Amino acid sequence: MSARASTGSRPGGQGRFAQFKLVLLGESAVGKSSLVLRFVKDQFDDYRESTIGAAFLTQTIALDDHTTVKFEIWDTAGQERYKSLAPMYYRNANCAVVVYDITQASSLDKAKAWVKELQRQANENIIIALAGNKLDLVTEHPDKRVVSTVDAEAYAREAGLLFFETSAKTAENVRELFTAIARKLPLEQAGARNLRSNPRPGVDLRPEAPGTQGAGACNC
Amino acid sequence: MDEIAPEYDVVVLGTGLTECVLSGVLSVKGKKVLHIDRNDHYGGEAASVNIEALFKKYGNYANGEEPWKKYGRVNDWNIDLVPKLLMSNGELTNILVSTDVTRYLEFKQIAGSYVQQGNGTRATVAKVPSDAGEALRSPLMGLFEKRRAKRFLEWVGAFKEDDPASYGGLNLNVCTMKEVYDKYGLEATTRDFIGHAMALYQTDEYINQKGAAKETVQRIRLYVNSMARYGKSPYIYPLYGLGELPQGFARLSAIYGGTYMLNTTIDEITYDGSKVSGIKATMRERGDESEGMKFSTKTKKILGDPSYFPGKVQIVGHLLKAICILTHPVPNTDNSDSAQLIIPQSQVGRRNDIYIAIVSSAHNVCPKGYYIAIVSTIAEGSSNHHLELQPGFDRLGRIEEKFMGPAIPLYEPLESGMNDNIFISKSYDATSHFETTTDDVRDIYRRAEGQELVVEGLREGTNLVGEE
Repeated sequence: MSARASTGSRPGGQGRFAQFKLVLLGESAVGKSSLVLRFVKDQFDDYRESTIGAAFLTQTIALDDHTTVKFEIWDTAGQERYKSLAPMYYRNANCAVVVYDITQASSLDKAKAWVKELQRQANENIIIALAGNKLDLVTEHPDKRVVSTVDAEAYAREAGLLFFETSAKTAENVRELFTAIARKLPLEQAGARNLRSNPRPGVDLRPEAPGTQGAGACNC
Repeated sequence: MDEIAPEYDVVVLGTGLTECVLSGVLSVKGKKVLHIDRNDHYGGEAASVNIEALFKKYGNYANGEEPWKKYGRVNDWNIDLVPKLLMSNGELTNILVSTDVTRYLEFKQIAGSYVQQGNGTRATVAKVPSDAGEALRSPLMGLFEKRRAKRFLEWVGAFKEDDPASYGGLNLNVCTMKEVYDKYGLEATTRDFIGHAMALYQTDEYINQKGAAKETVQRIRLYVNSMARYGKSPYIYPLYGLGELPQGFARLSAIYGGTYMLNTTIDEITYDGSKVSGIKATMRERGDESEGMKFSTKTKKILGDPSYFPGKVQIVGHLLKAICILTHPVPNTDNSDSAQLIIPQSQVGRRNDIYIAIVSSAHNVCPKGYYIAIVSTIAEGSSNHHLELQPGFDRLGRIEEKFMGPAIPLYEPLESGMNDNIFISKSYDATSHFETTTDDVRDIYRRAEGQELVVEGLREGTNLVGEE
């Protein structure tokens, strides 16, 4: 089941609205957070430190006039560094972006290991995208590339992953990556089951909302 | 692999709930935290495990058999090792909300709160009345007793700690609960369910303790107010099991810069004089034959659970616990998908209550059609522990599978930590909720940091959530 994936009519509007949990994976320093920062805030910081302080970020994509997809994006918060990610991280993830650095061969091996881990721990029908990041580094210095596009693409095809080479720095292919994921997500299924449903079926613990069921329809 | 920092403000050992809440709070407050667990999973004694892991933990099957296979997909099971529920108006709920850890978790109500009256074939199980109106409808009391209980509960409801006029003419600071019960003329059986199923005392010691009346009233109020919050019972429960709680707080800690290392054993704790100065440790995954990654780091403080400090803790009691798998709701609980059932000690000739906590597929802890009931109590003898839990088993009907190990020792630290700067938590006790766990969190924080823990407002000014 995908508890967090919820679909419904937008309050006060027409069309479909769906929310999905997206998790990021990949070796430290391949640019996981930078990709998200570019996607969510259209920013880039050359000297960004290791991830601190982002519980999760959200961003919506309008696929067409009638369909909006909202991503709830979970960052590893550094817990991948010593292989200490909790099952909670994978729980109910609808999609994942596994990132490697096209200038570091070992980072693709790590990415492959994360894909295996996802297939073991996450939902069976999770959508996985492979992102070869730091494309900007090889545009000027082609000799810096150590992972060829052809090889990575072949692996992605074999493993059934979406594939993009990206640059969080120049924004190249970042939006395309997330849009491709959004298009592959099972909007119809979720919609048929759960129109206008609440994304949080349980009790709401917030003191200002005693006794109410859930956080209310999404009003973004 | 990144280098471990040469020094941390705090090293935390064990990823049980107590340790993870402390780790999370300390990281939010800007402390540099290294958090280690020797296991390959979060939660320690407060973890939730799948059914294969549970069979393997208790070893109750013959070699070559794989009994878990008849229970569906093993990962559909999240079986708690600690039989506890959250009071919906309790302190853990407050900390969860204050730290925004609620973002990672979903909670559901526990569907009912029940108490047993009588014993053997004459035992009745009934809902615990939680307000004056329910008292009037309760089968637990006769006609006149209902009115007395109604008056008592109305008084409790109007009680205000800072308004002595609401004390009803009693000096609650010094009087005993017996005097309060006497004043309202309550019968012994009523005192039993009020003291044990509402104030949640596990023994009768509170009744004659001078000055305990006020605490008792506050405990009843916590029950009543928790009940009033969502309606069905005073308890809530996280989907996928209690093991989600430590994971949520660990994520909070990591988000604020805490470093996490599972699969890591402590080889040595180093001291500078009497005070702790650092640790030497090895990170090695299970099945890894290599030497692993050895490292050392400095720290001035260590927080941890008792299992990391065998020489610094004492045993204060033993918990008896049996995890039972059922294929039906517990009889006489209105077919509830979940419940808490308390058997007060006096009803079955014991000194300690027997608790039964029931959850089911409604909480994503097992496949559809199954129920998990944990029967627990404090051990009163040194043998025949199975018989001590028998009144609990009698309530369950047919039991598919029963997991019961030896009595579980409950540890407390020998010292406060003032001398060595090692601050040790208590074991998860036999209470039905986490209020004593959060008391321990506050106590350790006070000892380790020299100030009271204030969780209110922790997230203000540090709002890290992306703009909608």
